[in-house]
Amino acid sequence: MSVETKAAPLVWPEEEDPREEHLLLDPRPRAELNQIVLDAMHRTGFGFWAAVTVLSLLVLIGLGGAWGYQIYKGMGVAGIRRPVYWGVYITNFVFWIGISHSGTFVSAILRVFKAEFRRPITRGSEMMTAFALVVAGMYPLIHLGRTWRFYWMVPYPNQRQLWPNFHSPLMWDMLAIFTYVIGSTLYLYLPLIPDVAMARDHSTGWRHKLYRILALGWRGTEAEWHHLKTAITIFAFAIIPVMFSVHTIVSWDFGMTMKVGWHSSIFGPYFVTGAIFSGVSAVATVLLIVRKTMKLEYFLRPEHFDAIGKLILIFSFAWTYFFFSDYLTEWYGGEAVGKELITFQAHGPVAPLWYLMLIMNIAIPWLTLWNRRVRRSTWWLFLVTIGVNIGMYIERYIIVTGFLQRNRLPFDWGVYNPSLVEVLISIGSLSLFMLLYVVASRFIPLVPVWEVQEGQITHSLRRIGRALVPSVAELE
Amino acid sequence: MTETTHRWTMAIDLDRCTGCQACVVACHAENNVPVVGEDEVRMGRAMHWLHIERYWVGEYPNIQARFIPMMCQQCENAPCEPVCPVFATYHSQVEDLNIQVYNRCIGTRYCANNCPYIARTFNWFNPEFPEPLNEQLNPDVTVRKRGIMEKCTFCIQRIHDAEHVAEIEGRPVQDGDVQPACAQSCPTNAIVFGDLNDPNSRISQLAGSRRSSRLLEELGTEPSVIYLSGGDAHVS
Repeated sequence: MSVETKAAPLVWPEEEDPREEHLLLDPRPRAELNQIVLDAMHRTGFGFWAAVTVLSLLVLIGLGGAWGYQIYKGMGVAGIRRPVYWGVYITNFVFWIGISHSGTFVSAILRVFKAEFRRPITRGSEMMTAFALVVAGMYPLIHLGRTWRFYWMVPYPNQRQLWPNFHSPLMWDMLAIFTYVIGSTLYLYLPLIPDVAMARDHSTGWRHKLYRILALGWRGTEAEWHHLKTAITIFAFAIIPVMFSVHTIVSWDFGMTMKVGWHSSIFGPYFVTGAIFSGVSAVATVLLIVRKTMKLEYFLRPEHFDAIGKLILIFSFAWTYFFFSDYLTEWYGGEAVGKELITFQAHGPVAPLWYLMLIMNIAIPWLTLWNRRVRRSTWWLFLVTIGVNIGMYIERYIIVTGFLQRNRLPFDWGVYNPSLVEVLISIGSLSLFMLLYVVASRFIPLVPVWEVQEGQITHSLRRIGRALVPSVAELE
Repeated sequence: MTETTHRWTMAIDLDRCTGCQACVVACHAENNVPVVGEDEVRMGRAMHWLHIERYWVGEYPNIQARFIPMMCQQCENAPCEPVCPVFATYHSQVEDLNIQVYNRCIGTRYCANNCPYIARTFNWFNPEFPEPLNEQLNPDVTVRKRGIMEKCTFCIQRIHDAEHVAEIEGRPVQDGDVQPACAQSCPTNAIVFGDLNDPNSRISQLAGSRRSSRLLEELGTEPSVIYLSGGDAHVS
């Protein structure tokens, strides 16, 4: 039996070469890896400037124009009315908090469980967390009747001699999101330091100055690596309960009320599952675009989307389980208004949306994602993941605005349709997310080069007889 | 002020209610509730603190209209109170009523969602009082601006007024001293207001009636509004 190192010339006897398939078995010199990532950051062609211009305009119209108009005129310019006091704004809030779960889930949980496919995709999804939280955090403010008094929810000694009411789920919500913003930003920043230092050493001018500040004087000594790895491990473990708490508490905004349909003890895990389902789908969507436009095909390979596709399918199963559990208890309980709510969804004005949600969240993922070819196809996966997020948006829309339309006393039933102002603000905030991501992708190395290299060092191909066997060395 | 010994309660005799809406008008006038106009009402933005819910009983042609005057039920255990993050809605120790502090409200509208009676109204826009309504604003009641919640107060300004008069005259508040605008204006005397802690008050007599019940009692909100029904009086 002869054992050779990976440096030896290799001949793969079968059709598939593992080096084409697996990023970690296809090592390249560090300089080359750096160059791919740096090139991606410097690529600012026509498409980039067109996107920045259009997105900036939409942000200006939506968040400057429409939101400004709403503050000036009053909440009446939105479509909300008695008894639907919460509308698209809260829907958007829940949706974006859900998207923000992508980064933490992909990055922290997969890191803790040492899923190797995470290596090139962590940075891109952590950035999504940060920017989705920026957008989500705006919505409670947009939603307030007196936005200019939002700071009254902050506990500080004030002339009103009043602390906020910590009995209110909205206060828990604010604290949870605040914690999550700080935690996830730090968690994005820590693994970024070595990459920023790399960019610092390969840049000049203002970029050099920027990266020098961000790199905190990183030199790559053994002590620095040791501290960094310890910090990342601590954060990876600590951020997971924070992530679960955030969407659980968001669900408690509904679950703690006495509203039929909202008052449900299953809402915590149901919302968390839905958030990860939608968040991981969004990771796939965004990374597919990133791979195409930033030419990162070397790092982001079909194997990664294959793995993400499997995750999406699993979370589709889990979401469906919670979804039907929630319905079954409501239906079996047989309270009049609960039954009316179910009828309302299946036959009422939201019925087309409700069926579309079932198709997007259950039928399409189940029919397509079991197929390896679909998971590896750019267009298929792109469409399926967009569909999942449309479905998940509808789910939140029905829970927030639909359930409010049916109350215990039939006189209090109502209707809700979003107004133009609400639509413009929603488009504006989606554009803000995309704008932040597009701009940041030109400043932040989108692939953690050091993590990929670390993975490539620990993985090698060894020849045993005529076969090539991937071999993994465990570092930690 | 010290804690109240009063237990302000309202009884509404549904068998006497004709659905004439005089109470609604009186409430608007007393409490500076803005009139929003047809278009906004059609949108569901009517500001009534007190509205008449109409239900049909039976099938055509044997059909009856029944009316329920609906306002804040001044729950003892109010679901709107704990969810407010800024204590804009809370339970007053002084009056033992459910209070809305307009100046604290930031407009999360959480209280409105958690009210099983959907009794709260929101200021969607700045209020307008077109001529001649601007001449009759009640100086005892705040005029609210856009972005805040409001609701029936049991005419708390009238309660305070009666208490002040009684204090000046050196006597306790008597039954009938306090009358909210709705009760005052009701042509059939369907609405009775008083102190449940006073065993001789009219409200105490009515509360013991076999016809009395409270709305959505099973939720445990302990409302302070008693509805009386059970007779066959109706409008057909």
